[in-house]
Amino acid sequence: MLGLSLTLAGIPAWAVATDPGTGGPVPYQMNLQPPVTQIAVEIYDLHTWMMIICMVIFVAVFGVMFYSIFKHRKSLGHKPATFHESTSVEIAWTVIPFLIVIGMALPATKTVVGMKDTSNADITIKATGMQWKWGYDYLKGEGEGIAFLSTLSTPRSQVGAPGLAPTEQRGENYLIEVDNEVVVPVNKKIRMVLTANDVIHAWSVPAFGVKQDAIPGFVRDTWFKAERIGTFRGNCAELCGKEHAFMPIVVKVVSADDYKVWVDGKKKAMAALADDPSKTWTIDELKVRGEKIYTSNCVVCHQTNGKGVPGAFAALDGSTVVNGAKAQHIHVMLNGQQSGAYPSAMPAWKQLSDTEIAAVITYTRNNWSNKAAENIVQPAEIVAARK
Amino acid sequence: MSTTTLDHSHDHSHDHPHGLQRWLFATNHKDIGTLYLWFSIAMLFSGGVLALMIRTELFQPGLQFFQPEFFNQLTTMHGVMMVFGAIMPAFVGFANWMIPLQIGASDMAFARMNNFSFWLLPPAAILLIVSFMVPGGAAAGGWTMYAPLSTQMGPGMDLAIFALHLMGASSIMGSINIIVTILNMRAPGMTLMKMPMFCWTWLITAYLLIAVMPVLAGAITMTLTDRHFGTSFFNAAGGGDPVMFQHIFWFFGHPEVYIMILPAFGVISQILPAFARKPLFGYASMVYATASIAILSFVVWAHHMFTTGMPVTSQLFFMYATMLIAVPTGVKVFNWIATMWQGSMTFETPMLFSIGFIFVFTMGGFTGLILAVTPIDIQLQDTYYVVAHFHYVLVAGSLFALFAGFYYWSPKWTGYMYSEFRGKMHFWLSLITFNITFFPMHFLGLAGMPRRYADYPAQFTDFNMLATIGAFGFGLTQAYFLLFIIIPTIRGGKKAEAKPWEGAEGLEWTVPSPAPFHTFEFPPTVK
Repeated sequence: MLGLSLTLAGIPAWAVATDPGTGGPVPYQMNLQPPVTQIAVEIYDLHTWMMIICMVIFVAVFGVMFYSIFKHRKSLGHKPATFHESTSVEIAWTVIPFLIVIGMALPATKTVVGMKDTSNADITIKATGMQWKWGYDYLKGEGEGIAFLSTLSTPRSQVGAPGLAPTEQRGENYLIEVDNEVVVPVNKKIRMVLTANDVIHAWSVPAFGVKQDAIPGFVRDTWFKAERIGTFRGNCAELCGKEHAFMPIVVKVVSADDYKVWVDGKKKAMAALADDPSKTWTIDELKVRGEKIYTSNCVVCHQTNGKGVPGAFAALDGSTVVNGAKAQHIHVMLNGQQSGAYPSAMPAWKQLSDTEIAAVITYTRNNWSNKAAENIVQPAEIVAARK
Repeated sequence: MSTTTLDHSHDHSHDHPHGLQRWLFATNHKDIGTLYLWFSIAMLFSGGVLALMIRTELFQPGLQFFQPEFFNQLTTMHGVMMVFGAIMPAFVGFANWMIPLQIGASDMAFARMNNFSFWLLPPAAILLIVSFMVPGGAAAGGWTMYAPLSTQMGPGMDLAIFALHLMGASSIMGSINIIVTILNMRAPGMTLMKMPMFCWTWLITAYLLIAVMPVLAGAITMTLTDRHFGTSFFNAAGGGDPVMFQHIFWFFGHPEVYIMILPAFGVISQILPAFARKPLFGYASMVYATASIAILSFVVWAHHMFTTGMPVTSQLFFMYATMLIAVPTGVKVFNWIATMWQGSMTFETPMLFSIGFIFVFTMGGFTGLILAVTPIDIQLQDTYYVVAHFHYVLVAGSLFALFAGFYYWSPKWTGYMYSEFRGKMHFWLSLITFNITFFPMHFLGLAGMPRRYADYPAQFTDFNMLATIGAFGFGLTQAYFLLFIIIPTIRGGKKAEAKPWEGAEGLEWTVPSPAPFHTFEFPPTVK
């Protein structure tokens, strides 16, 4: 009966295998996501092949067992036989499974070798796992030099909190949508280089058949070549702390022309955003800019009200660092801090730009009940502190 | 087989202590076995409550009941408590009760060490429970405690490390005791190849434990010194390697899987012949298959780490080695079915649980085989498919075998027969609710839902709801087992005969039920 449901399980997803779908999971999905790379197709077929073999064995073995259960029972007056050994039978059911296992392993070998072949990539992208977002740097190929952070774009008002119902209707891509998607051209070999800043994360996109751990201090790579235009969604797959479920991955596969347009647009936007670190800002400008930086980077731990989480994350409201000398505050931002008062460390934020760091420091020094004596930090001071 | 002198407790009343002292200073293998079993029941229910809290949060998308940091503590502690607190001690309890009775020994070899190895466990359990109350809460890095996430944790992680040290020391002492007892204290005439299968599987398991528990102790000690004493074993910035932790952990962790399932194979191999009224098919091949599984379990650990990105040769080696384990495991399943074939079967609760075990455990075996294939594993690693797989082998495998063993041997332990009707209720409800809980998780995993997620995309809602409903059913069924089967059976009921099962074989059935405090003071002779 369960065996039958297993067989049926395969059918609905086979039916949608040609359908572009959402590029992510669908309700009541019972099989792997529709594959869009050669490797994912091979994985899909390997899984189907394995399922067929397992189902045949399952039916054969349990057919015998249930036949025995129904026929060889005492209530039917069946008398027990006395046999308890047979070398030839033992040899047979050692050798046959061995051969079956070889039949399973051989087709898989080719795919294993294919998955590891990251040579001759058209574009190389580095993904950096951070608690709890992804950073992307286009290292080589068209789009080289593009870099951005990608964070969950589902608002917290859709998630809710214990005892606090969500105030907003959940969208279609709840928890699998980000502010900045990775964009890649279709039919080009993309080599992903992975690393992490803090703990181990894992970059996975099921439709591509890609999953690779991002390990701090080490660089690992994998690759994919998407054969269809669309938006494909994945998740961080290695437990990385409290927001593990909230750092999805979204890859937009576009045509070669659209990719060119995106690269140009992204480069212009980056040039516009690249602030001149020698510019002197007013305090209000910095506060406005700083609030944005705070919301996208700091709020997860330090909270909107700046009070942190008792026993887990430091409060900024009333903090001695935030209200004290600015040199120390800049130092903590650039290098991180493990004071020992809390289990987790404040990470280093040197990947933010000079202006962004100056803005967020100025914002926290003037927000909530904080009234720091040294209430403004200019980007130039960050430039100096970095040296 | 010789008969034993009945009831020694009268002439030995001076060494049959009562009250608290009986348990605190227990040196009798039966008392210690009972302590182990009660301990594991307590941990089974504690871990079960954590599991139901997990399922409660996952009933719907969104965060309704627990913050994600607390959710991670729940999953971590559920794993630690079930593996080290419930399943392992339960099998040690079975070993303490049954091995001396099965081999005709008067007690375990080292009675006082036996006491010590049990009494290390309650402090470990207290450390785990207290850790929920320290700042930052309990360890939340998963039961695998991967560095460097485990280095980030609060003092809860240190408590978990100490608890694991204690439980590891307890397991090592228990194993030494079992090995020495089996090798030296068998009744005259009982050669190794005449030993009951339960003793054989435990002998092999005990060697596995001695080999790998020190490895775990090493891994968590290195984590401890990384956390507090400035070492960098697993810290890349200091020249260490986070992946090294995984290698060391899984060198322990994979044999650990077999530590939890081999004694279960032993239990099933005892029960099937008893209710098929026919000797175990292929006794010798069962012994060799068990030994092969144990040896192979040392060379497959990195199949837990395919996504860390190892060289293609390692991936292929670990894939082939892992798939090879399917061969001896298959031999065991075929032998069991051949034991049933042409038998004269009856279906009391121990038999039902044993057949249920074979049926559902084999499904876990198939998903294990599918996961062994590296490309599929990379697709499914850290998804709910893996969660489904290991619950099929650990719940429907180990736990169902423990239930089967309970129904089979409880007449010997308590002197009373359990209610057959209630036992059958327990079986059918467990089997059905187990599958409602864990079967949908295969679909969730295939669709790509990662494990250890406090919240999930709404597309996964329906199967999660189903799993939560099943989990509560399974939890209630186990409460029924405790309140309406275990406790009433201890209190009274139909008196059990010395050999309550028509087809049962073995020395344990030659002593009265309940087994007197001292048995086999004069060893029986086995022909």
